Amino acid sequence: MTPDLKGFILVSVIKILVIFVITLVGVAYMTLLERWVSAWMQDRFGPNRVGPKGLLQPIADGIKNIAKEETLPGGANKILFILAPALAFMPAMMMSGVIPWAAPVPVHFDFSLPWLGRFSHEGLMPIQVANLPIGFLWVLAIGSTGVYGIALAGWSSNNKYSLLGGIRASAQMVSYEVAMGMSLIPVLLLVGNVTFAAIVASQQQGLWFILPLFMSFFLFAVAGFAETNRAPFDLPEAESELVAGYHTEYSSFKFSMFFIAEYANLMTFCAMLTTLFFGGWDVPFTSWDQTPGLLQTIATGLAMFLKVTFGIFVVMWVRWTLPRFRYDQLMATGWKFMLPVALGYIVVMTLAIFAIDRLLPGLSGRIHQLLLFGVNLGLGYVTFFLADRGFVISGSSRHALPSTLEGASGARGQG
Amino acid sequence: MAIGVKVMKRPTSEVSYVRATLKGMALTFKHIFRAPVTMQYPEEKSTTEWSLSPRWRGTHRMLTDEQGRSKCVACGLCPQICPANCIKLVPGEDEEGNRYPLIYEIDEFRCVFCGYCQEVCPEEAIHVGVHYENSEYSRDRFVYDLERLSAQTHPVSALWDPADPRGE
Repeated sequence: MTPDLKGFILVSVIKILVIFVITLVGVAYMTLLERWVSAWMQDRFGPNRVGPKGLLQPIADGIKNIAKEETLPGGANKILFILAPALAFMPAMMMSGVIPWAAPVPVHFDFSLPWLGRFSHEGLMPIQVANLPIGFLWVLAIGSTGVYGIALAGWSSNNKYSLLGGIRASAQMVSYEVAMGMSLIPVLLLVGNVTFAAIVASQQQGLWFILPLFMSFFLFAVAGFAETNRAPFDLPEAESELVAGYHTEYSSFKFSMFFIAEYANLMTFCAMLTTLFFGGWDVPFTSWDQTPGLLQTIATGLAMFLKVTFGIFVVMWVRWTLPRFRYDQLMATGWKFMLPVALGYIVVMTLAIFAIDRLLPGLSGRIHQLLLFGVNLGLGYVTFFLADRGFVISGSSRHALPSTLEGASGARGQG
Repeated sequence: MAIGVKVMKRPTSEVSYVRATLKGMALTFKHIFRAPVTMQYPEEKSTTEWSLSPRWRGTHRMLTDEQGRSKCVACGLCPQICPANCIKLVPGEDEEGNRYPLIYEIDEFRCVFCGYCQEVCPEEAIHVGVHYENSEYSRDRFVYDLERLSAQTHPVSALWDPADPRGE
């Protein structure tokens, strides 16, 4: 092996370990934040007993979960039952591998170790585990394999509630994946590249994509809620009807694995939302962070952290505000609202970009994106003020309109 | 829906899901800045918003006279009126002919905390108390004997007064 390759492997292993640890610690403190947010919104205190201000609560929870008894249901498929938590956990850990957490930092080292030989590294090191050329497609692809863990957990438990939860999870994730993928195509239209580095660079030159691609942001956020099984889309574990859904039969650390996977997915989703629509690690209104350096890396990392934390807070805020959807509302929203709107938005954005390029050639990136923002204002008005009349989420099934009911009332009496 | 559910027509101006969601989120956000209404129980036990009513009927207390003897004269009215039959009373008599309880026990598990014993007592000896922290490590500790009843120090219940039904 050349010293360069060995240096690259060394740096990668360190990055993997650091990001793995940060993810696990972040997940632990997200559970605490979730409980705090829910408490604040319900005029309560939340955890405040373990350690100062309750800050050691996640550690107590972790110890409790490890110390609990592991149960294995009598009729369960043993292999799949044990495999399922791992299948849910691994994609959740792998997904965040392509997220750039901060600006690249220049790293130079050249040293020798006994037995291992010479290590060297020269040039910029991106603060992400793997700078893959397929970019966010990796997140979408790995994210969709996470459904295996949930579906298999539901099936192998030999429990009707778990099975229903698993089926719901797979149906829901498959439905919303389509809209999620479609909602990201306008980003490709603007950037012309799927790598996160190119997307962040494009937003540093122009505007954050939440402005020129607002509808894309909205669709991606809603689909992301469904993909991460967060309220109001938490039907797979709907406790009022399915006990605890797919993880009803799990206890101890196997349950914790599902829990960690859910929160790690949420963190990756918020990081991706930040990178795609809120400028990634870009510090707003400045350009000094574009020259590489250690200070810039720290500052941009902090900016990324704040943006992701805010995103997580918003997700929790939504959870403690909205009631859960009914199953038919979930499916109707996914297929009859999200997908057509996403497809229509691709067409409109393509036409708008084409028209701007043809009619006003040579515009700067910023003006170009402001024009697109104007287009989005119009689309947003149409969607949220004209179309949103009991159609986006209908109060009850649209098959049971009052007019059809009146005619059917006689037949219903006999039936 | 397989079964006909009657769907009422809603005003079209009020069925927007996205706007209703934003309204709800504004409401929950406002609540973040409100002071919690929770009482931090073991540290604070009585606040201005939350305190025990003087009519609270909790575990019993036997009042004593100046010499430290219980006021009970073992008349037998309280075991007679007790609907749960939880009072055990064995009367005794000293050389001067004064009656006193040889055994006076209340099984707090059987007691329904109706307060009749306090109401019926001619000597104002047995009372239900304004008190609620009663945990013990063993079940037989819940049969309170005379010594224990006399040793209680918590305030006694005011009970309901028919002449002043609202406590004013």
